[in-house]
Amino acid sequence: MDAAQDFDEPFDSSSQASSTQTSTITWINWFTSLPGHDYFCEVLEDFIEDDFNLTGLQSMVPFWKEALEMVLDVEAEDDTAKIPDVTIVENSAELLYGLVHQRFILTKPGLAAMLEKYEQGHFGACPRVFCHATHVLPCGRADMPGVDTVKLYCPNCGDIYSPPSSKYTGIDGAFFGTTFSPLFFQTYSELLSAPFCPQTSTVSTPIPPASASGLDSRDPSPVPSMSARPGGETYTNPDPHGGQKSALGKVYAPRIYGFRVSERARSGPRMRWLRERPAAWEELDSVDHRGRWVGAGGVGVKEEEDVKGEKGRLFDDDDEVKEEDGAEEEEEEEEEGAKMEVAEPVKEERRIPSMPPMKVTKPKGSPGGRGKAGGSR
Amino acid sequence: MEELSSGSESDYAATWVSWFLSTKGNEYFAEVDEDYILDRFNLTGLNGEVVQEYSRALDLITDSLDDEGLDEDVREAIESSARFLYGLIHARYIITMRGLAKMLEKFRKADFGRCPRVYCYQQALLPVGLSDIPYHKAVKLYCPRCEDIYSPKSNRHGSIDGAYFGTTFPHMLFMVYPQMIPSKGQSAGEGGRLGMGMGMGSGSGNLNYGPPADVGSASTATAAMKAEKYEPRMYGFRVHEEARLSRWRLAKRDGQIARLEALERETNPPNL
Repeated sequence: MDAAQDFDEPFDSSSQASSTQTSTITWINWFTSLPGHDYFCEVLEDFIEDDFNLTGLQSMVPFWKEALEMVLDVEAEDDTAKIPDVTIVENSAELLYGLVHQRFILTKPGLAAMLEKYEQGHFGACPRVFCHATHVLPCGRADMPGVDTVKLYCPNCGDIYSPPSSKYTGIDGAFFGTTFSPLFFQTYSELLSAPFCPQTSTVSTPIPPASASGLDSRDPSPVPSMSARPGGETYTNPDPHGGQKSALGKVYAPRIYGFRVSERARSGPRMRWLRERPAAWEELDSVDHRGRWVGAGGVGVKEEEDVKGEKGRLFDDDDEVKEEDGAEEEEEEEEEGAKMEVAEPVKEERRIPSMPPMKVTKPKGSPGGRGKAGGSR
Repeated sequence: MEELSSGSESDYAATWVSWFLSTKGNEYFAEVDEDYILDRFNLTGLNGEVVQEYSRALDLITDSLDDEGLDEDVREAIESSARFLYGLIHARYIITMRGLAKMLEKFRKADFGRCPRVYCYQQALLPVGLSDIPYHKAVKLYCPRCEDIYSPKSNRHGSIDGAYFGTTFPHMLFMVYPQMIPSKGQSAGEGGRLGMGMGMGSGSGNLNYGPPADVGSASTATAAMKAEKYEPRMYGFRVHEEARLSRWRLAKRDGQIARLEALERETNPPNL
C-alpha cells in the first residue's frame, strides 16, 4: 500500500482543464507519490488557485509566492536568482501544500478523495488485535504545524496510534488537522463503529475449536464488509449522527492458567473501561452530562462479578442530602444538553467528568489526582 | 560441540539454542537453560504434542544429536520439530522464576517493541499468546499500560505461534514483579516529549526502567486516573456521541476505582 499511488480519476479531468498543466506529471502528482507521502490526497488545483482558500496562510509560509508557483507548476515570471536555495522553496511548498491539504480534506471533494483512499486501505489498519484490522485514518493532534507528527485514528476503538513505519515520522499532523477525522466519520457514519455493542461478552480468548490449521499471521478476520460481522447481526444506531457500523466490542481479559486476573490483585486489570462499551444505546443515558450515573441503577447494574455490596457503599446515608442537590443540577443540565445536538462546547471538558456520587462519600481518603472534580461543585 | 545441521548459517553458533536465538525473527525468544530442558519432568506431556522425531529433536536442541548419515528430509523434519519443541518448552520456562527474570531483562530493553498507542508513550510490550494450544493463534503483544493487545508490526514476528509464549506469561510477570507495572499515564521521566520527532526513533533514551512513580506504593486502585485518552474534536468541539461514550467509560472507570478503594479500606483499615 505504500509505493503505488493511485491518482484519483475525478481530479485528472478537472486538473487537465486548468491552464497550468504543461507536463504529464504535476508537482502535486509527484509530491503525493513520494515514499511516506501516501497519506496525502491530491488537492484540486482549482482549490489552491482560489485565494479565499489560502486566507491566513501567507504569514505561515516563507517564500509564499515562489512556493505557490512551485505547487501549481507555474513558471516563475522573474528569474529565481533572489532565492538563495531551491530547497528552501521546496520546504515552503511542502508546508504550503500540507496546510492547504488540511483545509481541502474538509471539503466535499476532499472528503470523497480521502474516502477512496480509506476504503483502499492506504492508511493501514489498526494494530489492536480486537479491532480486527479496521482501517485507520490519519489525524493530527494540532492544527498548527510543527507541534506533532501525524497519528492514525481507529474508528472502532476510538484511539490514536503512531504510524507503523518510520517513513511517516516527518509528516506533520497539522497537514491533516484535528477536525478531519471526526468530520470524516460524521460524514460517512457507516464507517464508524456504534458506541454500543449488543453482545458485550466479557469473554476474551475463546479458542476456536474447529479452525485449527495454520497460524493466522495477520488477524483472524479482516472483515471487509461492514454489516456482516462474525457472530454479530446488524443493528442500527438510533442516533443518525453516530456510528452505524457494528462495533467490534471484544475486550482483552488477562488470564493466568486460564483464570482471569482479579481486579483485586495489584496487577489486576485497571483499563478495561478504555475499551468497553455498553450493551445497548440507552445505557449511554445512564451517565449524565457530568459523567455521573443517573438514578440508583448506575454502577450497580453493570457491576462485575466480584463487587457485591458496592451499591450500598455508593449511596451512604450521609450522602443523601447532596444527592438531591445533584438531581436538581442534572435536570437543568439535561435541558442544556438537549440544545446541543451534534457537538458540545469545549468548556465542558476541563471538568474531569464522572465524579459520581461515590466521590462525595469519602472526601478525606481521596488521593490527590482526583481532588479537582470534587472542588468544582 | 559438533557440526550442526541447521540449514545455511549454522557455523558460527556454538549451540543449537544460540543459533536459534540469533536467527532473524526469533528475537522474542529467551534462552532456555539447558538444565531446564534436560530435566525430563519439565517436558512432561510434550512427547505427545511433538508428533515426529521427539527424541531426536530433543537431542538436537541439547546438541547431542548424531546426525551423520541422516538424509535431508529426515534432518528437515527433526529441525522443524526441534523448533516446535523449543517453543513449547519456552512457554513453560518463561513462567518460572529464572525465565521471568530473563524475559524481564528483554522487556527492559524493549526487545518486544513498543506500544503503538499514542497515549502509551512508547511503553515496552510483552509477548502473549491467545491460546496455549499450538497452531491456534499467532503471538500478540501485551501493553501493560493500556492493558490491551496488539499485533506485531513485522510479519516475521506476526507468524510466530502464540503458544510458544502462552496466555499466562505477561500477567505472571507482573504478579511476580508488581513494581514493573508502568504508570498508566505519562511517567515522570518522559514529561513534555510531545513534539516533532517524538515518533519512532526517539525511543532510545526512554527505557522505562525502574519502578514507575505511582506504583511504588502498594495500591494501584487509582492507577487508571492517570490514563489519558483521545478526544476527537471538530473545530474545537467534541463530538456528541463519542463524548457520551467517553463519559460512560470514565464513569465505569470511576466505578471501579471506588470499588477498589472500598475494598482497600476494608482490608487495610486506616489505623494500620
